[in-house]
Amino acid sequence: MESLLTWLETQLADNSIFTLQTLAHYGEGLTTTVQLVFLSLIIGLIAAVPLAIGRGSRHAWIKWPIFAYTYVFRGTPLLIQLYLIYYGVVFVDGIQETWLWLILEDPFVPALIAFTLNTAAYTTEIFRGAIKSTSKGEIEAARAYGMSPGLTMRRIIIPSAFRRALPAYGNEVIFMLHASAIASVVTIMDLTGAARFVYARYYAPFDAFLFVAAIYLCLTFAILYFFRHLEKKLLAHLQPQTG
Amino acid sequence: MAATPIPLEVRNIKKRFGDTEVLKGLSLQAHKGDVITLIGASGSGKSTFLRCMNLLEQPDEGDLYVHGEEIRFKNTRRGREPADWKQVVQMRAKLSMVFQSFNLWAHMTLLENIIEAPIHVLGKPKKEAIEHAHALLERVGLTARANAYPAQMSGGQQQRGAIARALAMDPEVMLFDEPTSALDPELVGDVLNVMHGLAEEGRTMVVVTHEMGFARDVSSQVIYLHEGMVEEAGPPEELIGNPQSPRLQQFLAPKY
Amino acid sequence: MLDLHGYGPRLLEGAGVTLQLALLSLLLAVVLGLITASAKMSRSWLAHRTATLYTTVIRGVPDLVLMMLLFFGGQIGVNMITDWLYYQFDIDIFININEFVAGVVTIGLIFGAYMGETFRGAFMAVDHGQIEAGKAYGMSNSLVFRRIRFPQMMRHALPGLSNNWMVLLKTTALVSVIGLSDMVRVASEASKATREPFTFMIVVALIYLLIASVSEWIFIRLQKRYDIGYGEAD
Repeated sequence: MESLLTWLETQLADNSIFTLQTLAHYGEGLTTTVQLVFLSLIIGLIAAVPLAIGRGSRHAWIKWPIFAYTYVFRGTPLLIQLYLIYYGVVFVDGIQETWLWLILEDPFVPALIAFTLNTAAYTTEIFRGAIKSTSKGEIEAARAYGMSPGLTMRRIIIPSAFRRALPAYGNEVIFMLHASAIASVVTIMDLTGAARFVYARYYAPFDAFLFVAAIYLCLTFAILYFFRHLEKKLLAHLQPQTG
Repeated sequence: MAATPIPLEVRNIKKRFGDTEVLKGLSLQAHKGDVITLIGASGSGKSTFLRCMNLLEQPDEGDLYVHGEEIRFKNTRRGREPADWKQVVQMRAKLSMVFQSFNLWAHMTLLENIIEAPIHVLGKPKKEAIEHAHALLERVGLTARANAYPAQMSGGQQQRGAIARALAMDPEVMLFDEPTSALDPELVGDVLNVMHGLAEEGRTMVVVTHEMGFARDVSSQVIYLHEGMVEEAGPPEELIGNPQSPRLQQFLAPKY
Repeated sequence: MLDLHGYGPRLLEGAGVTLQLALLSLLLAVVLGLITASAKMSRSWLAHRTATLYTTVIRGVPDLVLMMLLFFGGQIGVNMITDWLYYQFDIDIFININEFVAGVVTIGLIFGAYMGETFRGAFMAVDHGQIEAGKAYGMSNSLVFRRIRFPQMMRHALPGLSNNWMVLLKTTALVSVIGLSDMVRVASEASKATREPFTFMIVVALIYLLIASVSEWIFIRLQKRYDIGYGEAD
């Protein structure tokens, strides 16, 4: 380990920007970005399942609030949503005196809330579309075989809708990774935050931003690869067999 | 000796879509071992009638008895509905349906399709369901395709698979909704052979079909529907061999 | 109420900036998209590869990072070029990369990549027989493009175009980060000054929703126009 560090140091010695220290900044930024994106995606995904089912409910009082939520969160910039929650927490009088402040003081939490609400709205609509496109005949067969509506949803509609939603959801994951760059606006040291820091310190925009762009590109390819693989596995049933 | 209950009986079924009355009071009794075929031109209401039997369509009037048990209805704002959906679920588990467009669940392999309802509706142990499924697959000649997905099978294979899925429920009565209409002509034979075998082993079946050969050779009773009413009914040799009503004569006449 | 602590007029000005920025970026994106689509469909290996590289890179990097790269790096890059021109050829020009230019160029570049995919799909959806029929009547290539391929392609491209525009509109909010006084920037400053974030952010959100709804209406009208001749026979 020691020798590795010294080796790295000698390698980096001729450039003034990519020192061990700045690389550590990028490393921390990477961790923050991955945490933020991963957590918001997971929570958003869990929330989107019941929301998507409710979105297709017969009852207006379930259906319309969910529609209004997805319409507003999909129709406005994420930056606005982030500001609304971040400034809301910082400026609203009284919050600072309550126990909530202990959680909300770190900008990570308001950002996580904004990202989660945003991705849950998009994911809800993705699932909604997939659920709606479930074959009527397959649902009818489930009913004809004595499955209750709940069982039909759990065993037939959701598993097949999830698979069909996979390509669109893969795009949403990439979208969230890219959208997370705005976390740097509310002082979070994510990947973009690290790049801005390095830029401000060395006034080297190309080095700072091209490097971070390359990291994002790699992350995007990794996600793409992961979803391709998953699709190949889970969507095999839609491919006509050869031979 | 106590009379065994009739597997399926429907009385005076009426159904309207908007202003059109599509079923104008239809009745049917399927005793054990009966093969009843429903024939008629498209729009005669034969499929709707069949779908009323397991309540995929809600009849506006009429009574339904499965294995002697009456299905209870209640009137709601949306119209007439079953009073107890649990009862309907149990009833449907006793009548299994084979659809025109197969309707195999696309995200499951054929084997998974077959064991799905026995495990999750009837509560059968998985091991037992799988054993039964393999026996059924052998019956319909699809042992080799157990792990194929529906999209990877031909229409004829899918329909035979769907019949295996229906058999896996150990149904009292099997309902067939035009099971060969969506198939290429050369694939019809395999499916009809399987159905023929089922009739021979004494299965109770109600079949909506355009296959007159099947109706003539296999059924115990043929019902000819016209505009939601029974125009003529009887054993096949009489009804197809010697049709009385001019409409039926026309219907049976060669088309070319 | 509409005065918004005196920020009302500035907010309205900001909305104007947002709209101008969005429309100019759209224009650039459509032009780039058409070029990209043609490059991707062309037989030239170089054009095809370049276009693929462009769409892949653009779609793999966050909008904000590209915007900062262009805004912070763009001026330095341009200065390097103009300096070189001055020393080599004695040509003295000064190009100022301000926030607005950086915004339009970045957003145009990003959405040009998406438009490229939309247009390519739409061009491929046009029935080849239509083009052959045009050629058979002696139309030149450019005439076939203008009179047959383009109008028919638009029908297929509109849904994607409309979708890209909606995303583009929301992306304009990012220019506030590099300092352009669009409505998000104004609202953000006003929120800090008055400590009433909800008032300003909700107003801005409503303006975005309004622009989106109006655009949706326009796109539906356009779709109807390009759908002529494809409706169900009645």
